[in-house]
Amino acid sequence: MWNIVSTPVIAASLLTKKYKDFAAVDGISFEVEPGESFGLLGPNGAGKSTTMRMVGAVSTRTSGSLDILGLDPNQHGPEIRSQLGVVPQQDNLDMELRVRDNLIVYGRYFGMGLSACAAKADELLEFAQLSDRKKSKVDDLSGGMKRRLTIARSLMNDPKVLLLDEPTTGLDPQARHILWDRLFRLKEQGTTLVLTTHYMDEAEQLCDRLVVVDKGTIMAEGAPADLIRTYSTREVLELRFGSDNNAQVAEQVTGIGDRIEVLPDRILIYSNDGDADLDRIIAKGFTPITSLVRRSSLEDVFLRLTGRSLIE
Amino acid sequence: MTALIESTAAIEAALKPRRYGSWYVAEHRLRGMRSYYKTLVFTSIGSPFMYLFALGVGLATLVDKNSGLGSTSYLVFVAPALIASAAVTAAVEECTYPIVMGFKWNPIFLGINAAPISGNQIVNGIFIAVLARLFPTTLIYYAVMLIFGAVPSPLGVLDIPIAILIGMAFGLVIASYMATVEQDVGQPAFIQRFIVTPLFLFSGTFFPLSQMPVFLQWIGWISPLWHGTELGRVVSYGAVEPGWLTLGHVLYPLALCIYGWRRTQVVVTRRLDK
Repeated sequence: MWNIVSTPVIAASLLTKKYKDFAAVDGISFEVEPGESFGLLGPNGAGKSTTMRMVGAVSTRTSGSLDILGLDPNQHGPEIRSQLGVVPQQDNLDMELRVRDNLIVYGRYFGMGLSACAAKADELLEFAQLSDRKKSKVDDLSGGMKRRLTIARSLMNDPKVLLLDEPTTGLDPQARHILWDRLFRLKEQGTTLVLTTHYMDEAEQLCDRLVVVDKGTIMAEGAPADLIRTYSTREVLELRFGSDNNAQVAEQVTGIGDRIEVLPDRILIYSNDGDADLDRIIAKGFTPITSLVRRSSLEDVFLRLTGRSLIE
Repeated sequence: MTALIESTAAIEAALKPRRYGSWYVAEHRLRGMRSYYKTLVFTSIGSPFMYLFALGVGLATLVDKNSGLGSTSYLVFVAPALIASAAVTAAVEECTYPIVMGFKWNPIFLGINAAPISGNQIVNGIFIAVLARLFPTTLIYYAVMLIFGAVPSPLGVLDIPIAILIGMAFGLVIASYMATVEQDVGQPAFIQRFIVTPLFLFSGTFFPLSQMPVFLQWIGWISPLWHGTELGRVVSYGAVEPGWLTLGHVLYPLALCIYGWRRTQVVVTRRLDK
């Protein structure tokens, strides 16, 4: 008898993509379990989108192994893609077609019949809160609506895995929250989500587990809270003394907190008790222009791992 | 075991897209054409009337007196060239903008390729849609030619497939170039003005190629339009030419079609796999 064990839906080992001499993705390994929500967090140019295109079975890897739903994309591209939903970084809806027709045409690509496409399109327009815009031209939609339509399109085939490349980049805060809410619902329904982002709040909201990627390699892996616990302190004290003075003050307060990072516009003091450390600094005779105690975030993890800020 | 179930489901789900993918793309393109169908209908009907009247009736009043065409009227002489030109115009339109658009302006090819559709199928689908547009375009043109009495021979009905062949030969070769365009610096307009228009004028369209200086006649030989026009004249009114030449008029455009089709597939596939 076979045991039903959960095998990963995606397994990448030493996955590499080179363009001539430049390695956009340089030997990364990760696995994604069914129903999991997995993130690739990193700055622009880290190799996230290239990884997503390889996982999406449209870009051939240079070396390493890649297994998606038990299949190798080199041999089974169309088979793998039949089970995926893809939300690319740049919307590629068809501007010549109306909103609803975009969904119907896309469903056809999975071999769905016309009436099945129409029914599914109406259901997904409801889900994407676009039912009242179904006859609109795509061009007349706002950025957030286009994004929701792209997500609706990616769900036409009831995908096992949904790939989202920078799903909320360029959206205003309200549109982002609506989108997060929709993605959260999909996650609750058991859809496996794989997303890239350079927004730490997005990664914290949506990902069960993530890898921090920089320059084509994985710097760290874990659940957001675990990563923060491992690579940062509980709290961060942010102080501004004016851009000319930050570095000088930082030298004189060494020893306070676990670690100090000097950024061009502010000092970050990694601490387990930010308020107490602030009192100590004031007691030394330094008065910051502004001060803020906040909880550590993935941004701090990234800074610790790479020495660079996530959004530059 | 779950992996086995999943991979089996995937293999089953990809059967239809693998088999019919090209047709789905064609269907998509035809739906896209619906957004400008009024222009299509108007030009398909309007343009044959305009050209046949202006050239075949208007200009002919001057030409027929001194044409050297014997008993053949200028209208009959020019009509096969005009129907082929109409097919070329439509094919070039569908093989320039939609190709650049699919990669750049509105990169729908990337979206289609993210579904289980290959680059080759995308190319096939676009070309099927071009064929589907050429068929009514040439059919209407031919009907108008009949109205004008421009086709003496019943074999003239072959003008329709000939025009479609010539349109495709032009279009597919141009598509194979357009697929390589990464930076749009007005290539479609350039092709229209400096390739299509000169070939339209100098392919034996309005006067026999033999009237041109010998050192310019090569323009006709490489132009599929000249081959189509000559072939059209053979079927339309029984113009006389050696059999091997007639065969060449068929084989040369066919070869261009095959080259353009395969080349576009190679370029598109390579460009999608980044």
